[in-house]
Amino acid sequence: MENITENKLDNQKENSATEPILMLRDVSVSYAPGKKAVNHVSADIYPNTITAIMGPSGCGKSTLLRAINRMHDLYPNVVTSGDIYLKGENIMKMNPMEVRRLAGMVFQTPNPFPTMSIYDNVLAGYRLNGIKLKKAEKDEIVRKSLTAVALWDEVKDVMNRRGSFLSGGQQQRLCIARALALKPEVLLMDEPTSALDPVSTNKIEELLLDLKKNFTILIVTHNMSQAARISDNSMFMYLGDLVEYAPTREMFTKPKNKKTEEYLTGIFG
Amino acid sequence: MSDRVKFSNIKKRSVKDKIVFGLVCFFSFLSMIPLFVIIWNVISKGYANFNWRLFTQVAPSSMDALIAKMSGEPIPGGILNGITGTILIVGMAVLFTVPLGLFIGIYLSEHPDNKFARTVSYLTDLLQGMPSIVIGIIAYIWVVKPLGSYSALAGSVALTIMMLPMVVRSTEETLKMLPRSLKEAGLALGASYTDVIFKVIVPSGFGGIFTGILLAVSRVMGETAPLMLTALGAAVVNWNILEPTSAIPLLIWDFYNDPNLVDIIWSASLLLLIVIFLLNWIAKIVARKWKI
Amino acid sequence: MKDKIFKGLLFAAALTILVLTAGVVYVLVKQSLDVFQEYGFFGFIFNAEWDPRPDTEEYGAWSFIVGTLFTAFFALLLCIPFSLPVALFNGEYFNGRKISSFVSSVVDLLAGIPSIVYGLWGFYTLRPIVIQLGINAPGFGIFLASIVLAIMIIPYASSLSAEFLSMIPNTLKEGAYSLGATRVETIWHVSLPMASSGIVAAYILALGRALGETMAVTMLIGNTTNVPTSLRDTGNTMASVIANQFGEADGLKLSALIGIGLLLFLITAVINLIAKFIMKRLAAR
Repeated sequence: MENITENKLDNQKENSATEPILMLRDVSVSYAPGKKAVNHVSADIYPNTITAIMGPSGCGKSTLLRAINRMHDLYPNVVTSGDIYLKGENIMKMNPMEVRRLAGMVFQTPNPFPTMSIYDNVLAGYRLNGIKLKKAEKDEIVRKSLTAVALWDEVKDVMNRRGSFLSGGQQQRLCIARALALKPEVLLMDEPTSALDPVSTNKIEELLLDLKKNFTILIVTHNMSQAARISDNSMFMYLGDLVEYAPTREMFTKPKNKKTEEYLTGIFG
Repeated sequence: MSDRVKFSNIKKRSVKDKIVFGLVCFFSFLSMIPLFVIIWNVISKGYANFNWRLFTQVAPSSMDALIAKMSGEPIPGGILNGITGTILIVGMAVLFTVPLGLFIGIYLSEHPDNKFARTVSYLTDLLQGMPSIVIGIIAYIWVVKPLGSYSALAGSVALTIMMLPMVVRSTEETLKMLPRSLKEAGLALGASYTDVIFKVIVPSGFGGIFTGILLAVSRVMGETAPLMLTALGAAVVNWNILEPTSAIPLLIWDFYNDPNLVDIIWSASLLLLIVIFLLNWIAKIVARKWKI
Repeated sequence: MKDKIFKGLLFAAALTILVLTAGVVYVLVKQSLDVFQEYGFFGFIFNAEWDPRPDTEEYGAWSFIVGTLFTAFFALLLCIPFSLPVALFNGEYFNGRKISSFVSSVVDLLAGIPSIVYGLWGFYTLRPIVIQLGINAPGFGIFLASIVLAIMIIPYASSLSAEFLSMIPNTLKEGAYSLGATRVETIWHVSLPMASSGIVAAYILALGRALGETMAVTMLIGNTTNVPTSLRDTGNTMASVIANQFGEADGLKLSALIGIGLLLFLITAVINLIAKFIMKRLAAR
C-alpha cells in the first residue's frame, strides 16, 4: 500500500503525525462488465475533516461513497475491486455488516423507519443487530444522539410518535442521529440536503461542522457552494475518475486540472 | 472512539440469515410442486384416452361402459356433449358479459370520484368475492325456477355473474392507466365523446381489456358448482339454450360419481387444463404485446 | 345527442351492478324467509340438527358453519408456511428478476386449476396417503379437505403479499443495511412491519376464497352431518351441503339450503369488505 501515494493531500504530506483514517487504494466499481462507474480511485482521508465529493451527475461520486460501506455487496451484479483501509484494517476483507457499522450512512432522502417511533428509530441500529440494552443505556444513547444532531429539545416530548411525522429536515437529522448512535468511525453522506429546504439545509450544515470534532465526514454534494462552505478538502470526480483532490480553498481558488476549473466555473455540470 | 459497539454475534447472524434464505427458497420450491404433480397426474392418467373419439362422441352410458369393461375393452364414447355445452354456455356468458362489463368499466374509469361510481365499485368487489355456489343458487331462482327447466341459459347467467366483476375491474384499471391527455387530445380535435371513447380510449386499452376477458373466461371454464344448479347436464349434444345442457366440468363430476366411467375422467380433465392454460398463456402474450 | 345517449347507456350499465346486488340479496332473503321464520335467525344458525326425513324434519346450519370455519381456518394456517416464503421470494429476495416471474407464474397457475380437478387429485392421489398416514380410516374429512384448500389458496395469499412487499422503498431497506443489519433482520424489522397490513388483507381475501370453495371440498370432506370436533372427523361445509343436497330439495329444505347460501354470502361479503377496507386505507397512505 506504500507504493500508491498519488492523491495524498498536499498540506498533509509534510504533516506525517496525522495518520489517514481512511485510505482508498485503486478502488473501482462497475455496474456492468467492462463499464466502470468508478475508475481506479486512490485517496487518503484524514480524521476530523469534512471531505466533499463533487462532480456532475453520473460521475460516480455516490457510487464511490457507497463502496466505502460495502453497499454494493447488496447487488450481485455490481463488482467492486481495490482496497479500502479504515484505521489500517482492510474493509474489503471484513464482513460487510461490520463495515456498515463502522461507516455510518446518511441518504439523499430522509428514510426514518415509518413503523418505528422516534425513540426506536435512533436505536434501530441496535435493534436490527439484535443487541440487547438496558432501559437506562437506551435512554442515554437516544439522548446523546439526538442532542448531537440538535434534535433533542424538539422531540423529547414526542418520543413515541412515528418518525415520519417530523419535517423533512428533522427526519434527516433523525437519520444522522440513527447513524451516530452506533458510534461509527466515519460518516458517509449522500447528498443529505438535496431534498431539503434552505433553512433545514443550513441547520444540517451547521450540524456537520459541529460533528466534525468527533467524527470524520465524507459528503457527496452537487452543490458547489455547500462544498465551499463546510468542507476542508474536496474531491472532484469526472466520468468515474478522481480528477483532483485538494484542500477545498486551494481547489476553489486555483484548481490544477482544466476539467475541475471548467466545472467550478460552471462551464458544465 | 474506543467505546466501539461490539458485534460479537456476526457469524451467528450471518448463518441465521443464510438459513432463512435457504428456507424461503426451499418452501417456495415446495409450493410449486403441487402444480407439477397435478399436471403429471392428469397427463399420465389421461393421455391414453385422449384421442379423436373424445371430441366426436358423447359420453357413454354407464351400462355401455360396464359392458366394455367386462369384455376388457376401453370404454367407448367421449365428451362431445360436454365440449359443445361448454362452448354454448361460456360463449353466451361472454356475449352477455363483454358489452356490459366494458360499459361499466368505462363508466367507473370516467367517474373516479363520483359517489355513485364508488358504490358501484364497492359492490363489484362484493360480487367478485361471492362464492360460486351462491351464484348458482341465484341463477337457479332467477332463471331455472321461472322457466321451469334447467337450461344452458341459466348456466350462462351464473357464469355471467361470475365474469362480470372481473371484466369490469380489468377494464377500469386498464383505462385508468391511460394518460388523460389522450382523451383531451381527442376532444380537442372536435371528436364527440362517444367517438373518443370507442376510437381512441378503448383501442388504446385493448390489450388490458382483452387480457381481462381471456382470464375471466379461463376462470369460469372449469366452474362446476354453479352449473350443477343451473345447466344440470345432458347425455346428448344440445344447442337449445332452454334445454338442460352438459359441460366438461359437469361430465367430470358425473364420471367421478360413476365408477364405470372413471377411465375418461382424466382425459376430460386434461382437455380442460389444456384449454385453461392455453387461455392463460395467450392472455400473457396479449398483455405483453399490447402493453400501454 | 349521440353523446347523451351514450352517457346514459354507461350509467345504465353501471346501474346493473346495483340492481344485480340488490337482486341477489333480495332473492336470497326472500327464498330463505321460510326457514328463518320457522326457527328464528339465531335458532337456525345455532341448531346442529339437520334432518330431512319427512316425519322428523328439522334444519339447522350449525354443523356446516363449524365445518366451514374449521376447514377454512386450518387451510389458512397450513398455507402460511408456503405462501409467505413465496411472497418473500417474489417480492423481496428476487423481486423483479426472471426467476421470480417464473415462480410467480407457476404459483399463479395453481389458481387456474379448476376446483373439480383439485377434487380429483385430492381423491385419487392424496386420499391414499392420508389413509396410509392413519389420519382416519376413509381418508375423507376435514384434514384432507383442508390440505387441498390450503394449496388452492396459496396463490391468492402469496401474490398480493408479494406485491405489498415489493412496494417497500429501497431507500428504507438500504437504511437498515447501512446500520449493519442482515437481510433477514431487515425483512423482520423493516419490510414485514411495513407490509403487515397489506399482508393481513391478502390472507383475509384468501380466507374468503377458502370459505366459499365448493367442489374440491364437496369431493373430499366426507359429506356427513355432524359438528366436526377434530381433524380426523368428516363433515360438511356450507358450500358442500348446498352442492350435495340442492338438486333434490324442495319446500323447507330448499329454503334452509338457500338460508345457508345467504349466511355464506354474508360471511364472505364481510370478509371481503374488511380486506378491501384495509387496502383502501393503505392506498390512501
